[in-house]
Amino acid sequence: MGITARNVSKRYGDFVALDDVSVEAPTGSLTALLGPSGSGKSTLLRAIAGLERPDSGQIFISDEEKTNMPPQKREVGFVFQHYAAFKHMTVFDNVAFGLKIRKHPRGAIDKKVHELLELVQLDGFSHRYPTQLSGGQRQRMALARALAVEPEVLLLDEPFGALDARVRQELRAWLRRLHDDIHVTTILVTHDQEEAMEVADRIVLMNHGKIEQVGGPQDLYEHPANEFVMSFIGPVNRLGNTYVRPHDIEIKLSPNGTTSEATVDHLVYLGFEVRVELTLKDGQSLWAQVTREDARHLELERGKHIHVKIDRTKVFGEIVESPV
Amino acid sequence: MSVTSNTQTAPAAGSRASKREGSALTRGAAVGYLSLLVLIPLAAVVWRSTEGGIEGFVRAITNPQALAALRLTFFASLAVVAINVVMGTLIAWVLVRDSFRGKGLVNSIIDLPFALPTIVAGLTLLALYGPRSPLGLNVAYTKVSVGMALLFVTLPFVVRAVQPVLMEIDRDMEEAAASLGASGFVTFRRIILPNLMPAILSGAALGFARSVGEFGSVVLITGNQPFKTQVASVYIFGQVESGNTAGAAAVSVVLLVVSLLVLFGMSLVNRRGTRHDR
Amino acid sequence: MTASRITLRTLALGYLALLLVLPVSMVFVRTFSNGLGAVWEAVTRPEALHALWLTLLVAVIAVTANTVFGIVCALVLVRHEFRGKALLNAVLDLPLAVSPVVVGLALLIIYGRTSLVGGWLAEAGIRIVFSTPGIILATIFVSLPFVVREVVPVLREIGTEQEQAASTLGASAFQTFRLVTLPAIRSGVAYGIVLTTARAIGEFGAVSLVSGKLAGRTETLTIYVEDRFQSFDLVGCYTAAVVLAVIAVATLLLTNLTSPKEEY
Repeated sequence: MGITARNVSKRYGDFVALDDVSVEAPTGSLTALLGPSGSGKSTLLRAIAGLERPDSGQIFISDEEKTNMPPQKREVGFVFQHYAAFKHMTVFDNVAFGLKIRKHPRGAIDKKVHELLELVQLDGFSHRYPTQLSGGQRQRMALARALAVEPEVLLLDEPFGALDARVRQELRAWLRRLHDDIHVTTILVTHDQEEAMEVADRIVLMNHGKIEQVGGPQDLYEHPANEFVMSFIGPVNRLGNTYVRPHDIEIKLSPNGTTSEATVDHLVYLGFEVRVELTLKDGQSLWAQVTREDARHLELERGKHIHVKIDRTKVFGEIVESPV
Repeated sequence: MSVTSNTQTAPAAGSRASKREGSALTRGAAVGYLSLLVLIPLAAVVWRSTEGGIEGFVRAITNPQALAALRLTFFASLAVVAINVVMGTLIAWVLVRDSFRGKGLVNSIIDLPFALPTIVAGLTLLALYGPRSPLGLNVAYTKVSVGMALLFVTLPFVVRAVQPVLMEIDRDMEEAAASLGASGFVTFRRIILPNLMPAILSGAALGFARSVGEFGSVVLITGNQPFKTQVASVYIFGQVESGNTAGAAAVSVVLLVVSLLVLFGMSLVNRRGTRHDR
Repeated sequence: MTASRITLRTLALGYLALLLVLPVSMVFVRTFSNGLGAVWEAVTRPEALHALWLTLLVAVIAVTANTVFGIVCALVLVRHEFRGKALLNAVLDLPLAVSPVVVGLALLIIYGRTSLVGGWLAEAGIRIVFSTPGIILATIFVSLPFVVREVVPVLREIGTEQEQAASTLGASAFQTFRLVTLPAIRSGVAYGIVLTTARAIGEFGAVSLVSGKLAGRTETLTIYVEDRFQSFDLVGCYTAAVVLAVIAVATLLLTNLTSPKEEY
């Protein structure tokens, strides 16, 4: 088993960062620790790396207990949100750092560093300094640096958080491809559910120091264990105790036995989708997601009276496949 | 810290474990060095000053010559601080807001009193304003010479304290004031000056603390005449040479207490000053 | 160009000229008005050379000690949490607030021959006051805070992440310090060293009391200046003063070059 954390707890004064958390990341998988700020995901990652000492619990990496080992000995690769580049060293020296510490011979270091720089598409930059690189390039360098020592596991702490949207997209896809090539057990911490869904095989959703649910992206989306998971993973409407996904709301022009009356309040055009904000006859507000063809076809506009059919709702506990 | 890790979701940063181990040793080393070289010597002075009990202490600081020296020191230092507040702010203003050829050089010169040995500083003033003055201006052996020497050595304090604050000041505030009809001087008095106050006071306090203890720059130009141009530090020196270490220590304690009070007051002002930034 | 601007500029520059520039220039003028031959003779006199050598020796020792201490203390202040940090900070400021003669007095009280420590050391054949060790101690005291004060903000600025990264890459605490921390703070250290050196070389009051001013033995260059003045040897006095002034100007140049602010 790649990484196992068992019954890990950590508090800072009165604040409980981790509350008896147990998590497993299978060998070769890419697991995302997902959750809002304060959920404990970074604390858990850092505990796995040895950068934090848990109050209780155990950490196993490749089936070896490493709970009491300092980070130096754990053979983990760690990538920081703000790169943690060694500013006074060139790109080459940054990537070579771990190898120099381990006293590898000069020729072997040269070869390895150039291989890695090619892998991360930074060959040609080896003599530059980190301040001369863009954010995305610095993060790729940081990744190369972490991989240079052939770690058993790779830990990424919100690696794309400091980059702008377009670069983030590119690097996400790039990371996914890299992982497909290299197959190092990887844990990625993120607060962005889209990122987790796009990149990870498994998602561990955390909140207030506890694990809410573990599963693949599809599992968490289709079969959320509770309100928190459902609201965090995808867009959601709340009607009293019932939760509905916006794309599970069908809009029709004429009623049938299963529909309710509603009025269109507002339309938001989001490119290929249209968001329809509407109010039900009983006063509750909802928003539905329809394709732009459907919106055009239905001739939707403000004030229009429509009829909605809600396909699937969730009340925690059961799945109800009936209209409201 | 400007580089904040996103891991600061909780009120701690980095590995606390490694901070605790090894830290006790280095902390002990630092504290030990400081104690040996700073605290113990100063404690020794305080201890020696109490050699004759409270009466001895009071007698040592109230004898006429000591009082004259202390009075001269404090009044001269206050006068010098007042001048520094005005001239220091003015110089900082010119360095930040004005531009002219050689400004960089002028900026470097400000630090000269920090770099130049005090005895040499005194000598330079004596050369220009002493008996053989080419300007025909001879203030040597007068109270004015005390002030002049103190002005020399305390020049950089207010300037260097004000400069960075002036550079950081939000020009928007001044522009807003101008758009509301305020003249340059009014803007300075009501908008800029209040924001500079903490820095000015801080520089003034440091200058004052330095000035009350100043020795090297006054010894040559003032003639060190008791009751006339002898400052406290010179008095202490004289007492030590005459073997009266207890008396010297007592006056030293007075100087120490004054300096510390001034610095303490300044740190309070600093804390209040930063409240505006929130 | 407004009238007020010109006025302010004139006032500022005039004040600086009258207080700083002209006096310092006067010393150079006076010195070289005696002719280069007299200057050379004054500089190469044995007492003068000894004073210069002693000053530099003391400065090297004091600067080394305070640099090592300064880096360690800065690490303690920035990276550690403990009660009494405010007190530590306050004590670090003391050398800047204490009159040099008080420093000299303190050392005389502790290490003078009639004191407990001094007497005991004298029996062991070690002399602190009226000898070089006393001068060194006084110089260390007065030049103590500069390296700490300059390194602390730089250390704070770089944060701990680079060090954490180094530890995950396998570097021991010492390797991290040597390869990551130290290079990152070198601008603060360099600037601090320059300030410390200037202060050490310029020290006068404390050393006056502690050294006994024995010509050719325990005179630093600053004491030599005063000694020549009291002996009415103006040539010797001004020459030594010029040497110190030249060192001061060199220091100013170095501070401009090493100041950490330049890098941002």
